[in-house]
Amino acid sequence: MTATLTPPAATRPPGGDSRRRARRPLGKNPLGLLFSAPYLVFVIAVFAYPLVYSVWISFHDFFFAAPGAQVERPFVGLQNYVTAFTDPAVIRSFGNVGIFLLINVPLTVVLSLVLATALNKVTRFTAFLRVSFYVPYLTASVAVVAVWLFLFNGNGLVNQVLGPLAPSPSWLVSEQWAMPTIALFVTWKQLGFYILLYLAALQAVPKELYESASTDGAGAIRSFFSVTVPGVRPATVLVLLVSTVTGANLFTEPYLLTGGGGPNGASASPVLLMYQDGLQQGHPDTAAAIGVVLVIVVLIIALLQNRFAGGQD
Amino acid sequence: MARQFLGDVRMSRGQRILRGVVLAIGALAFLFPFYYMVIGSLQAKPDATVAGAFPNVSNLTGQNYVQINDRINLFQGLLNSGIFTAGVLIGTLVFGMLAGYALAQLQWRGRGVTFALALLVQVVPFQLLIIPLYVLIARDYGLADNYLGMILPFFINSTAVIIFRQYFLQLPRELFEAARIDGASELALLWRIAIPLVRPAIITVVLLTFIGPWNEFLWPFLVTKESALQPLAVSLANYISNVAASASNPFGATLAGAVVLAAPVVVLFIVFQRYFVSTNIGSGVKG
Repeated sequence: MTATLTPPAATRPPGGDSRRRARRPLGKNPLGLLFSAPYLVFVIAVFAYPLVYSVWISFHDFFFAAPGAQVERPFVGLQNYVTAFTDPAVIRSFGNVGIFLLINVPLTVVLSLVLATALNKVTRFTAFLRVSFYVPYLTASVAVVAVWLFLFNGNGLVNQVLGPLAPSPSWLVSEQWAMPTIALFVTWKQLGFYILLYLAALQAVPKELYESASTDGAGAIRSFFSVTVPGVRPATVLVLLVSTVTGANLFTEPYLLTGGGGPNGASASPVLLMYQDGLQQGHPDTAAAIGVVLVIVVLIIALLQNRFAGGQD
Repeated sequence: MARQFLGDVRMSRGQRILRGVVLAIGALAFLFPFYYMVIGSLQAKPDATVAGAFPNVSNLTGQNYVQINDRINLFQGLLNSGIFTAGVLIGTLVFGMLAGYALAQLQWRGRGVTFALALLVQVVPFQLLIIPLYVLIARDYGLADNYLGMILPFFINSTAVIIFRQYFLQLPRELFEAARIDGASELALLWRIAIPLVRPAIITVVLLTFIGPWNEFLWPFLVTKESALQPLAVSLANYISNVAASASNPFGATLAGAVVLAAPVVVLFIVFQRYFVSTNIGSGVKG
């Protein structure tokens, strides 16, 4: 399972053409290690080490000290986890992200597959369609948030169009609607990326399957469900995984769209609380504990998705 | 040929219309907010009515751009975003390409592990790393309010490494074997043979890498407190969350800033959009 734009290709078998060189301890082209060294150092310094460090912080009494100062950071066991998860705001933020994922993930899968299927094999207006479908994904969240604030505020265009149907209090200041509105925003914003993933997967569905389906008298809708949907299942698993990970990382949207997770924490996300607790209030240890639990929860969801959506492959 | 022909016939008139409608609704839903961003940024008085969604000559102004520029220095913001993005692009193009080449065309111990790492990195949620990275980069290394501190966590884009590997894998190995026998060094092979053959990959990678730092908000927001160093995404976000309330036309000014932030990426994408597909380099190599 890979989160890349390109499908993984089969690794080449090592070319064991020279017995003389096989004895080299670093392989046939040790230069490869040198070429990759900067990247390896980068991954270790920016991913591997901080990942371990994060877990370490979560089990210690950790606070910000002046640079260079020698301070005691005693091991405190699960204390930080207890502090974090006895805070109702933290519990609520996990619930909020749950609501977010329940709306965002199914909507993303359905819309991106439908749009990718419609977009597949289109021969006219391709440049226009490509630009319009991908542009939200390519644009900064901060920029599009500005328009959504304009569209969804109390007197905004959306409410003007809805007239008496507009919810009160309005979308982003309503405890009920804040999180669904954010979920809708993120679905819209990220859809282009998933359409791209599905388009790549659709190329791999054998045309013969469509032919035999149509010989058997299946219409477009029928062959969509019995050929396309099963045919792109590996891509669906990937879309589920990536959209879940992206959703669990929610920060910018509640920070800006609902003024920091409002109203009353109804749209606060765990990452927003990590920022508020950890960096604003100076409790990086509690924040690290929230982060560790968040990742474990995401891993469990991903495994379940893989189990139930992934099937045999 | 016949297969393709059959495939086209299968689509009835009704289905083609249905597809057209789906695509049109999709395009409208994706584009309208951008159109509205531009319209809103040019309104002298914010007009959220349905009529306000159409340009109205008596309500047109460029004043919002002046106003946002008074509050946040747009040029400085663009420059900071540019430096941040350029740093990441350089790191990714130089070191990402070297790693991608080594992963595809060279045999060395640790190659499998390195490739696995590059895949794994993409599912590590960056947000889990914000606390330790902040402690390390901003506190221990003292790189807060510093371009290096901003660039460091994004320096080499792992997706780019994988894309480079993918493209380099498609180059025939015999090409390299022959040049090696002629005594060319590995760097010369990369520079003179491999890179010219994967030019489309370079454009794809530049596009993909560009949007990362240019649009990134959380990390530069955490490490830059000094407004003179903030990328545009950060200064605009600060304007939205702090200052907008006190402005005379907050929506207009915010949208003007949004247009300035979005424009470079949109223009870049429109120019190079044909490279932003799951391209197959096959035909390019043969030519």
